[in-house]
Amino acid sequence: MAKKKVKRVDLIFKGCDCNKVLTDALKMPKEEIIQMLLDSELKGRGGAGFPTGLKWKMAAAEKGNRKYIICNADEGEPGTFKDREILDQIPLKVLGGMALAAYVTGAREGFIYLRHEYRFLIPKLEKTLETFHQWMEDFELDFTVKLFIGGGAYICGEETALIESMEGKRGEPRNKPPYPTHDGYLGKPTVVNNVETLVYSMMVMHIGSGEFKTMGVKGSSGSKLFSISGDTPKAGIHELELGMSLDDFVKEFGDGNTKSVQVGGASGFCVPRNRFKEVHVGYEDGLKGYSIPTGGSMMLFNSSRSMYNVLHNYLVFFEEESCGQCTPCRVGCQQLLKGVEAVKYGEKSHKYLDDLLHLAATMKLTAKCGLGQSVANSFSSIVENFREEMIY
Amino acid sequence: MQKRESAIKAAVQKHGKERKNLLPILQEVKQIKNYLSRSDVAEIGVEMGLALAHVYGVASFYHFIDLEERGQNIIWVCKTISCSMKGSNDIVMTLKERLKIKLGETTSDGKFSLLETNCIGWCHKGPAMLINDEPYTDLTPEKVIQIIDDYYTNN
Amino acid sequence: MSEKMINLVIDGKKIAIAEGTLLLEAAKSENVKIPTLCYHEDLCVAGNCRICVVEVEGWRTLPVACATPVMEGMVVYTNSPLVRRARRDVLAMLISEHSTQCTTCYRSTNCELQDLAAEYNIDNEIYINLLKDKVFTIDRSSWSIEKDESKCIRCQRCVRTCAELQKVNALDVIHRGAQMRVTTFFDTEMSDVVCTNCGQCINHCPTGALTERRYIDGIWDAIGDPTKHVIVQTAPAVRVALGEMLGYEPGARVTGQMVTALKRMGFDSVLDTDFSADLTIVEEAYELLQRLKRKLVNNEDIALPLMTSCSPAWIKFIEHMYPDYLDHLSSCKSPQQMFGAIAKTYYAKKRKLDPKDIVNVSIMPCSAKKFEANRMEMKDSGYPDIDLVCTTRELGHMIRQSGINFKELPDSEYDNFMGESSGAAVIFGVTGGVMEAALRTAYEVITGREVPFEGLNITSVRGMEGIRDAKIKLENVLPEWSFLEGVELAVAVAHGLTNAAQIMDDVVIGESPYHFIEIMGCPSGCIGGGGQPIPTNDEIRKKRAEAIYTEDEKKKIRKSHENPEVIKLYKEFLGAPLGELSHKLLHTKYTRRERV
Repeated sequence: MAKKKVKRVDLIFKGCDCNKVLTDALKMPKEEIIQMLLDSELKGRGGAGFPTGLKWKMAAAEKGNRKYIICNADEGEPGTFKDREILDQIPLKVLGGMALAAYVTGAREGFIYLRHEYRFLIPKLEKTLETFHQWMEDFELDFTVKLFIGGGAYICGEETALIESMEGKRGEPRNKPPYPTHDGYLGKPTVVNNVETLVYSMMVMHIGSGEFKTMGVKGSSGSKLFSISGDTPKAGIHELELGMSLDDFVKEFGDGNTKSVQVGGASGFCVPRNRFKEVHVGYEDGLKGYSIPTGGSMMLFNSSRSMYNVLHNYLVFFEEESCGQCTPCRVGCQQLLKGVEAVKYGEKSHKYLDDLLHLAATMKLTAKCGLGQSVANSFSSIVENFREEMIY
Repeated sequence: MQKRESAIKAAVQKHGKERKNLLPILQEVKQIKNYLSRSDVAEIGVEMGLALAHVYGVASFYHFIDLEERGQNIIWVCKTISCSMKGSNDIVMTLKERLKIKLGETTSDGKFSLLETNCIGWCHKGPAMLINDEPYTDLTPEKVIQIIDDYYTNN
Repeated sequence: MSEKMINLVIDGKKIAIAEGTLLLEAAKSENVKIPTLCYHEDLCVAGNCRICVVEVEGWRTLPVACATPVMEGMVVYTNSPLVRRARRDVLAMLISEHSTQCTTCYRSTNCELQDLAAEYNIDNEIYINLLKDKVFTIDRSSWSIEKDESKCIRCQRCVRTCAELQKVNALDVIHRGAQMRVTTFFDTEMSDVVCTNCGQCINHCPTGALTERRYIDGIWDAIGDPTKHVIVQTAPAVRVALGEMLGYEPGARVTGQMVTALKRMGFDSVLDTDFSADLTIVEEAYELLQRLKRKLVNNEDIALPLMTSCSPAWIKFIEHMYPDYLDHLSSCKSPQQMFGAIAKTYYAKKRKLDPKDIVNVSIMPCSAKKFEANRMEMKDSGYPDIDLVCTTRELGHMIRQSGINFKELPDSEYDNFMGESSGAAVIFGVTGGVMEAALRTAYEVITGREVPFEGLNITSVRGMEGIRDAKIKLENVLPEWSFLEGVELAVAVAHGLTNAAQIMDDVVIGESPYHFIEIMGCPSGCIGGGGQPIPTNDEIRKKRAEAIYTEDEKKKIRKSHENPEVIKLYKEFLGAPLGELSHKLLHTKYTRRERV
């Protein structure tokens, strides 16, 4: 991956005439919209990085006229807050993205699955929906969007858990296949897109796929919103091009004393200072290719922080937020938490950390859902890089 | 009691009996008294024609569907890492002292319940908390006391 | 339409198998056994225990064989080092939240977790014991079922059983993460929820988290008490399943050896529930005819269809779920209870015993019978009809405890009186059996002729389909039943409470076309009962059913009303079917219950 300095972008929040973007887009053949998205190489901004154009294409290919578009606004990853900001500032762009998806796939109903913690946004969103529905009438697009409020469960950010929750069940991820584009909400083809992804689909329509691709690097095109917190003088939301090295990132956002960056939130990876130069932020092969995909959570820690405390905080989070249905996630999270405590308090030898690393590898291989597979990431990367801090 | 029952019937009528409406119904009924009692959950199950154990299973899954009696206002202090780094512990301590309750408890006047919660999405402005639906950010002990005092004077 | 075939490689072997096949089934077809825990062929796939993971070339993670369909070109390894290590870890995790007091567990040596732990050589506790800081109390509130959460591995087989097979939903999953567990509505005691005591959850539990409440010690105590006359009765379905507990293959008929064993164990009298099954049929056939008469001749507002009342799980189900329709139930007590009432009256008199000294023990394929025996109303003789109920499984344990080498035992006959029975009574143990038995009797009462089926085998009500129905035209009836001339008697059979609910929903909307319905609470009827040996699955249920029908055909008497002991009972004691004494001793009433 080519090195790139941190490049600031002003695309997402910049004023644009959504009505005009939609007017133009809805005149295009559906296939063309899909092609534009495919060409743009836009990938899901929630963190999983599935190509957006492909997802829409799959749902569009499904037969039947009952399909659903769901905007995943169950932003629960620790350190992420960009979806809240988007919904607060530019809700029409999100809805515009949903309208595009509806037009392309033939869906007539949509939902914004808003996390409970963002209930304060409801009045504003409802007002925006009025405007939006008026637009839909004007465009003669049969598409309505409703709000669905979450009950407070991190796991519902996983798309099949989100769907289960909307169906009145416990928010437990499903077995896959089938995938939601084939068998989603109420058994119908369903597109679940992250808030930010929907906005970028509008932006691709607005600026064109070619222009979009001039940003970022190969395999990780375009820009992305980063939620930056922790030991940084510039905490907040920043839109940056993908592909930057962590070294450049820390130079821009660090406080001069950064010892590690947690990329991707509690389910992401902790990168220590000595690896800043080789690690990039983008979608390719995970840590192996030294690049880390992320939903945008970037937490910086300086040398005053105990990485044990950081890890402990994450593990408490997962012990509570795991849905609990599958063994590796339910039991694994408890074991990791109790395990690091036991080592810290001298009840277990430091060698027990190796047993736990082994367990973490199994969790990654055997958990039922994408989140379950990633809950041990922070454990592995923190223990591997800050072993002494776990023991003493 | 009468009022709650009719509220449950009304909520079920408004949303419809299909299972997909369970979460909105649980939420709507919860809003009335800030928690769902055993009999509320039972009533919802009966009204919707769902198994009671199942409704309980769903309700207990979600953090903000309270199944324990709560005060008029629920304070949720974020305990996740970014807020914790910025001193959420001090905020909890201050609230405990001001309200004279422990975590999980409700003030004797029934005004406030004090709870912790996981990341509420204000990591860049920690420490943060919710009182009911309202977020409060960049908290300091002084600010928190002011917020509580304002609740008392304004209500 | 020919099925699309998928080509893949499992453990180095190329195979082609129908699209949609799951890896678990594909492996099984190649004689490769993949370990499972949350998977049960009776239930929908959950994919949550993760023990059945396999390795697929090119995949980032290990998919579960129980939920992953075969895909073209897949290269699967079911036993690679990675797979073995992952399974060991999953097992070690499950063990860390499981009470590993195997030496004191009822399910020891019959536990899927224990078997796997042995298979994978988990010989020490690798991870921290998660039970250490928790306090568990065993729920012993129910007469039938004990629930020990410390042994639960959260596979949710019980939850799916209770929901899918039985539509009861007494158990569900609550909370999440570390707090996630299986329980009742707000942790209400098992005795106070909608639980029908069917015990299917026990039968589907891979560990000892759900077991029947045991009465083994009480039975031994009674046998050892010289002042007591201990009678044991054995239900029809026990004789075709008990062998599985004692070294026989499924489907073995061990009636004679079972009787010998019970005699050697010291019971004073070894009798047969089949006797009272015959009695039930006579009472119930007359009840049906009486209802038909009151409806068709007197135009009375009488509840039809009539529904059988032998299955206590079904009784409790209708009491909870359809309390407005209890008048559809036959007022006949179940064979177990009829037996008890007769034993403490007529039998006591005949044997010159004080009924207070009689201890009635019954061996049942059922856990709900334990509850039934303890119903307040089951004391019409002035004494409890039945004192102690144990399951087929408990009997298996008792036989082992008594040091008897079961397989070497000779056969013996039941004692008398109340040991004689017809083939019609034996088939009570399988779905459709009560219906067939009732038709054999009712048809003959009405027409004076045998049912018009070859060998008396009414094959139209047999089988394993969830709901089956049949029609029998009544022609050339006896003068007394002239109002039935030309009537097509419509009957239905359902087993498993989910099917029962479907039948009831038709009754509720007034669209049930039947006169008489047999309902059994458990899948396949009593042979698949909640007190039967574990495992119970389709294949095993089929073998037990075949054994039951063989038992029927080998009987000299095939019709309940021809059981000489039953005829004698009416002559010497009861008078006529539905007579005054019958009503007092053999019939009962039902209770409306809440739906918690």
